[in-house]
Amino acid sequence: MIRLPLVLFFSAALFSIGVYGVLARRNAVLVLMSIELMLNAVNVNLIGFSQLWRDLTGQVFALFVIAIAAAEVGIGLAIVILIYRNRETINLDEVSLLKW
Amino acid sequence: MSSQEYAFVVLALVGTVSAVRVVTARNVVRAALYLVATLASVGAVYLLLGSEFVGWVQILIYVGAIVILFLFGLMLTKAPIGREALDNRSRAIGALVGLAILAGLVFLIQNAFAWNDPKVELAQATSGAIGEAIFRHYVLPFEAVSFVLLAALIGAVVLSRKDERP
Repeated sequence: MIRLPLVLFFSAALFSIGVYGVLARRNAVLVLMSIELMLNAVNVNLIGFSQLWRDLTGQVFALFVIAIAAAEVGIGLAIVILIYRNRETINLDEVSLLKW
Repeated sequence: MSSQEYAFVVLALVGTVSAVRVVTARNVVRAALYLVATLASVGAVYLLLGSEFVGWVQILIYVGAIVILFLFGLMLTKAPIGREALDNRSRAIGALVGLAILAGLVFLIQNAFAWNDPKVELAQATSGAIGEAIFRHYVLPFEAVSFVLLAALIGAVVLSRKDERP
């Protein structure tokens, strides 16, 4: 028996740490890592509620989230490497071509 | 507190501390290794909560594949070392926003759930039941996800291939 708020607090902590990482890091790969932290926070919530309600839908969607995260990392790192090849930097504040 | 709760708290503390180290480490490779610790402890939390299939998928895919991809990305982009090179100047605002989100979420959670009322039962969700749920009720989303994965794979290959101009 685990109290549900403990699980939710863990997930909230992971999510806010991920938000801090996305906002504070300027290296693109580290920003992608912080996004992974946020996706994991969502998965912890899905698993916790799935076990609470004895419903497997949450676990199925956690698996979908993991698959989407894998696709996102693949595409994201390909884009990062392409940016590095063209501009010799992956600092996000220097890649501001699309900014008005 | 039951013994499972102690185990959960220990795992959650390990995961949270190493997540903090992921976003504050000054060496990118160390950040990736702390990410391994976070993801492994999240996987252990899944196992503890009784969903063994998702737990092992987490260990296999995240720790086994995604972190390796991250390490490849770090090695291929000659990532620098040092706080100035890795963090931008709005670090304080980022910390403020993160703390505000944490406070809001904690307030909402303790507002919505009584501390003692909903308890997660730690029964096993077997892999067979999950397979049945996927292939009986969620076949269409499953196929859509596999298509997305295929498209992402092809897209990554196309993006990172060098153009050969004749």
